Amino acid sequence: MKKNIFLTVVFLIFPLVMQASDNLFYVSFASRVMIYALAATSLNLVLGYGGMISFGHAAFVGTGAYVASICVAEGVKSAWLGWPAAVAAAALAALVIGAVSLRTRGVYFIMITLAFAQMAFYLVSSMKAYGGDEGLTLPSRASDLGNEVVFYYVVLFLLSASLLLLHRLANSRFGRAIVAIRENETRAEAVGLPVFRYQLACFVIGGAVAGLAGALLANHGKYVNPNVLHWSQSGELMIMVILGGVGRLWGGAIGAAVLLGLEHLIADYPIAWLERLAPNYQDHASLGVGLVLLAIVLFAPQGLAGLADRKTRGGNSAAA
Amino acid sequence: MVATDGVSLEIAQGEVHALIGPNGAGKTTLIAQITGSLPPDSGSIFFVEKEITRASLHERVRIGLARSYQITSIFRRFSVLDNVALAVQARSGSSFSFWRPVADETELFKEAFTILQDVNLESSQHVLAGNLSHGDQRALEVGLALATRPRLVLLDEPMAGMGPEESRGMIALIERIRSRVTVLLVEHDMDAVFRLADRISVLVGGRLLASGRPQEIRANDEVRRAYLGDEIAA
Amino acid sequence: MLFLLAAGLTLVFGIMDMINLAHGSLYMLGAFLASTFVALTGSFTAGVLLAVAATAVLGMILETTILRSLYARDHLSQVLATFALILILNEVVRLVWGSDAPLPMPGALSGPVELLPGLRYPAYRLLIIGVGFFMALLLYFLVARTRIGMLVRAGASNREMALAMGVNIRLLFTLVFGAGAALCAVAGALLAPLLAVQVGMGENILILAFVVIVIGGIGSIRGALVGAILVGVVDTIGRAFLPLAFGLFFQPRVASAAGPAIASVTIYLLMAGILYFRPKGLFPARG
Repeated sequence: MKKNIFLTVVFLIFPLVMQASDNLFYVSFASRVMIYALAATSLNLVLGYGGMISFGHAAFVGTGAYVASICVAEGVKSAWLGWPAAVAAAALAALVIGAVSLRTRGVYFIMITLAFAQMAFYLVSSMKAYGGDEGLTLPSRASDLGNEVVFYYVVLFLLSASLLLLHRLANSRFGRAIVAIRENETRAEAVGLPVFRYQLACFVIGGAVAGLAGALLANHGKYVNPNVLHWSQSGELMIMVILGGVGRLWGGAIGAAVLLGLEHLIADYPIAWLERLAPNYQDHASLGVGLVLLAIVLFAPQGLAGLADRKTRGGNSAAA
Repeated sequence: MVATDGVSLEIAQGEVHALIGPNGAGKTTLIAQITGSLPPDSGSIFFVEKEITRASLHERVRIGLARSYQITSIFRRFSVLDNVALAVQARSGSSFSFWRPVADETELFKEAFTILQDVNLESSQHVLAGNLSHGDQRALEVGLALATRPRLVLLDEPMAGMGPEESRGMIALIERIRSRVTVLLVEHDMDAVFRLADRISVLVGGRLLASGRPQEIRANDEVRRAYLGDEIAA
Repeated sequence: MLFLLAAGLTLVFGIMDMINLAHGSLYMLGAFLASTFVALTGSFTAGVLLAVAATAVLGMILETTILRSLYARDHLSQVLATFALILILNEVVRLVWGSDAPLPMPGALSGPVELLPGLRYPAYRLLIIGVGFFMALLLYFLVARTRIGMLVRAGASNREMALAMGVNIRLLFTLVFGAGAALCAVAGALLAPLLAVQVGMGENILILAFVVIVIGGIGSIRGALVGAILVGVVDTIGRAFLPLAFGLFFQPRVASAAGPAIASVTIYLLMAGILYFRPKGLFPARG
């Protein structure tokens, strides 16, 4: 309990401290980390708890990002209008894509979600009116949330609310049903659970929250481009979820923090001896990410334990 | 390839009806068709006056048709209590409840515990299902089917892989529940079959060879030739 | 060419039950290696053959070291691990070669060939079609008529049974993977003069290859062939006619913008449609 209070206080006063010491960059960076934490958490719901390996999750983030951006670009500057619109759009996309994809299983499901994401990518790239390939720049953030500190608190609030929702969800009837379906789909159906309905609901909720993350992302950088929807982005979100712990409440958040933190460290803080060993190593950060990921998958599947070989706590039941 | 050929089966309420026959005779296929995992090419299935031929698996469970599996299919990483609690949850109202923790629903767990008592697993309620002995897992299979409060329960070789002691336990279990629920029992254990069954149907090569009271079946020459043979003393 | 990649992929998936995202990276390696070898030997044919051999060897090394431990794992682990491999291989290639490596078309084949009076077709493309056709026949022959082919097919439709019958699974897997890698390299090397040889070329074609095998049914070479042809045809028709069709219905500005996008989307729509009616593809190898 003490640890929780301590952490909460840190998160709350962090931006003020940074502002006072003229380090606003870190506040912005923290916001960015939290936004990705939100996106990764939404994927964790679908992937970790629901067991649905969706390679197209970036499409929902992207939908939210674009809808939010288009709102601002077209003059609808209030976040109260733009952001819910983004969430609704992403939820709708998830509903349609999920309804079709969830009829398949296994690798077919992975492929079809991937395909839909690619479709979205191409569609968005062709929208010349909204920047096409080059993307869309926003004149300002919605509701004039230009102040970094204020934006930080907004994001913090939304992330906390979502984590709370996920926590309640995981322990609710819905959460149990979803995890049971993940564990043994046939049995779940054979005890009377309409599997398709619950999976779809889970998929849509995940998509909706992803849309919110997308809206925040677009507003954060005041810029959005089709790459947000690319399947490699889905991959990156997956890496975050794996790093942090599949099916565990903080999995998405921790994974995002670790991955983005590492990327930042590697990019901005050259290590002298490494530099001598391999000049320009910073350009090849992906190599490190790849190696780390491979190592985790091969040797330290505790992060993957949620899907493969779950250890549970103290002999009580599953559901993280 | 025809798995079940013109099978016409009638099960009376409240009875224990056994389905026997050699391996590959189509028993499991028939069960799959009845419970809904396999759609029949022709024919229809009626459950208490209602046609359920096109109903989905979970719909059939909802109207009272439950099944236990031949190859144990349980939630291995859930505790025994949680296994059954999930089935009770599925039966009692919608699971579109997002906020309230399941742990608060004491009624749910009470009912789950009662069922565990029925199948003699109450002492292992907190054990992970995957860690149970084989016999206990088979009992849990039956428990899961019972938790849905079915009117008809299909037990697909519940005694598969059991030793004599465990088999006796399973027989006793079926005796206990027969007053509450109609049972369609698929089994190879002739001892159990002749002890429990009110009526027996024999399936050979996808066809229904005979159907009637145990004595009739035992005395039936065709059945003896096709299946029973020396398996059982007259 | 798509068929070559798809065939290798479907075999690996069908037999080893492994989702290999790095398949596209082998294709990329084939292209880069070809570029180097052709430059070294001065001969297009020799360069390509060397590249194919080298890639096959590399593929087999990869299989015996890393991929083997993935066979028993769940699909998600395989997806992530091979995704990691993509990242690693991309960067390694970038370190060794830089971001791209040009491979010029062999002079002898760069001109058009007169197929029929008045119908001219680029010679190189003919070569590609020819090679594709030849490989398809070769694969068909190998898989359907030889003992090894039978083992492969048995492994694809029922791995446990094949194991139980004493087939040397490890060796078979390694060879199959090597063959798949070789197919990738052929495709990569041959397509190199036409498309740009650059880091990341593997990913785009990888998705297409997956679409093909999903449409065709996993584990089925016939499915891969049918799928590849289907995808090729639909894609071409889509790109050719959809913008025109759009032009009929919409204003020119919208049509010119949406047309090409919709065209590239047709393949995915095709896949989605097929999966909707046949969730396991057209010719699933597994029962």
